[in-house]
Amino acid sequence: MSTLRLKTWAVAAVVVTANVLGNSCLSWGMKQRGPRLVSLLDYCAAVFTPWVALGISLLMLWLAARLALLSWADLSFVVPITAVGYALAAVAGHFLLGEQVSPQRWAGALLITTGAALVGSTSIRTTAGGDP
Amino acid sequence: MRWLWVAVIVAATTSSDALLARRMKAHGEIRDFRLGPLGRALAAVARSWHLPAAIALLAVSFFAFLALLAIADLSFAVPATAATFAVETLVARLALGEHVSARRWLGTVLVTCGVVLIAL
Repeated sequence: MSTLRLKTWAVAAVVVTANVLGNSCLSWGMKQRGPRLVSLLDYCAAVFTPWVALGISLLMLWLAARLALLSWADLSFVVPITAVGYALAAVAGHFLLGEQVSPQRWAGALLITTGAALVGSTSIRTTAGGDP
Repeated sequence: MRWLWVAVIVAATTSSDALLARRMKAHGEIRDFRLGPLGRALAAVARSWHLPAAIALLAVSFFAFLALLAIADLSFAVPATAATFAVETLVARLALGEHVSARRWLGTVLVTCGVVLIAL
């Protein structure tokens, strides 16, 4: 495996992990608040609750890692391969949290993994870029 | 109302990613991942209008997603916004000039179907 491909998968792993954990924290935090978002003040207050704040911090790490990845990889490459986080969430839900995962969800995880593997086997970059 | 938020999320996410991809390609490959050099590289990128505009669009997408979660289940929000994968690939092909091979298209379609199946 080339150095570029290795670097791409390593940074993609950071992108996926930060996104899965960040969205989980956001979802948990918003569920605790309930559907009470009617004014701008409600939104601002939600941002400062612990779980939402942790979620936002993880999403900032996700953004930095994603920016780095986009500095050399195609957008049409990055978007599908980082979607593998959806499949990981299902797998983690089953093996770590003991959740019941339906055959439909397993089929979805398999499709995502197959699709990401297909995209991952294509060229990482198909356009020319500038120099730092 | 739910579909209006979905449309806002897809449009804002796609525009944000297209801007980020364009700006980062113009910057060139980031090779040094130590905190200082990485921070300087991102600061250099932030000096153009692309990054603030992309982050503003990302914020629109983020708050629209929060609003969607407040009125709809995650099992609706995630599959409905999975359209972003196909739309972004189309924009990458048309606006960024990326070569999207048949294999990449097939992979993207499989990923989109997989996200819908997982979240329904």
